[in-house]
Amino acid sequence: MDETDISFFKDGLRLDGRRADELRPVKIEVGVLARADGSCYIEMGGNKVIAAVYGPREVHPRHLQEATRAIVRYRYNMASFSVEERKRPGPDRRSYELSKVSREALEPVILTNFFPRSVIDVFVEVLQADAGTRTAGINAAAVALADAGIPMRSMISACAAGKVADTIVLDPMKEEDNFGQADLPIAMTPGGDITLIQMDGGLSPDEYHRAVEMAMKGARDIYELQRSALVNKYSQMTEARPEGGACL
Amino acid sequence: MPVTSVISEIKKDFIYNLLLKGERMDGRTFDQYREISIERDVIRKAEGSALVKLGQSQVLVGVKMQPGEPFQDSPNRGVIITNAELVPLASPSFEPGPPSETGIELARVVDRGVRESKAVDLEALCIVPGKQVWIIFIDVHILDDCGNILDAASLGAIAALLSTKVPASRFGLGEDYILPIRDIPVATTAIEFNDVLMFDPGVDEEAIANTRLTIITTVDGKICGSQKGGKGMLKPEQVYRIIDIACENAKKIREKFLEA
Repeated sequence: MDETDISFFKDGLRLDGRRADELRPVKIEVGVLARADGSCYIEMGGNKVIAAVYGPREVHPRHLQEATRAIVRYRYNMASFSVEERKRPGPDRRSYELSKVSREALEPVILTNFFPRSVIDVFVEVLQADAGTRTAGINAAAVALADAGIPMRSMISACAAGKVADTIVLDPMKEEDNFGQADLPIAMTPGGDITLIQMDGGLSPDEYHRAVEMAMKGARDIYELQRSALVNKYSQMTEARPEGGACL
Repeated sequence: MPVTSVISEIKKDFIYNLLLKGERMDGRTFDQYREISIERDVIRKAEGSALVKLGQSQVLVGVKMQPGEPFQDSPNRGVIITNAELVPLASPSFEPGPPSETGIELARVVDRGVRESKAVDLEALCIVPGKQVWIIFIDVHILDDCGNILDAASLGAIAALLSTKVPASRFGLGEDYILPIRDIPVATTAIEFNDVLMFDPGVDEEAIANTRLTIITTVDGKICGSQKGGKGMLKPEQVYRIIDIACENAKKIREKFLEA
């Protein structure tokens, strides 16, 4: 199928009724897993993603440890049932790449030198995929890191912009991603420092500029949601978490 | 601590002091590329090949083609499979074994350039719709890593494709013909170190860099791919500046390239 076979706009609105610069509905829940040191469940449109953080803890295998700082590991994994056609379980080349860029999206804000010779493990499971799983994963992971009490310079929020029918749109959904003209995910700090930026498709320098601006605007909105999710959880806490971090 | 990182601390100071004076280790300006040479058809057994030298970095790319089954979701289109081998002869830090994360990322960014620029007309590679199409294997072999092998590999891939002859006769599918190529994607990579941007980083510059940004452009000046790497961050203005310079650099590289 070609991009021309689908009409992306009806009466100025997108297939799911959104405006060009509108996010899909976002739901964030903090501390959803009892065993993990920090966790977060996020829904962004049709994406359902869960993230867990373990650590700082001892590094295995030990030769990976760094004398002056903690290492960060990030595992992006898609459930076999998360996509239309069953995905073969286990990492593929795409998930290796996404794990790398996602780790590099979070590492700039993690104060790794607080924890020499240790590891901070971030595990992200995509339970249901609907375009934008890497950004959803990063958003969930950043909240889970905060939930785990990992010292960070700031939050990280991620969002994508795309191009469909020659229009720059925020937060593309599956149809727009598959048959659109470009996809540009970013991750950034609330201060506007970009920690992840990727792109595929075709954009003029001016369109690229506008797509970055739009994605940044989306990320800012997501930051507010991440923040209030964390505040909601912790403002209701009355007692310290029991030793060992187990179930409340 | 591994010895290499101790050296890089000292080098870091050295490079930093140089760039305060506006200089680089090899005397280039911050935007300037090293000498590029592209030699095509270096491997007779391959359908297409190219040896790219970017300064002292050397990358060999070979293209092989064979008929095979199309993907279910694109029954009338040929298939491109890009792979990169960071063979241990190319650098003391490359190890034998399954592809590393760096190798996978490199292959996927090279692939992104070829695919998103639509350089290869995949529809023209259909033999029997839904049954048989041409599969193009682009294999990147890094021979000497003196920095910025990503740009070198991406140049090598398109150079090799430009010299590719479809081996139709070998498979009883008519006469051999030149693979039609419709675009020349060029990847340009910059690194950021203490807020200074440097293009075409050498291996030491890469080692000290906080952040890396690759921009892939097409003949008509559009951007068809980008990829950030490294543990640092970039300001939007830095991204836009890299794009501007990348477009200029890519133009020059492409001219150079057409001479080859």
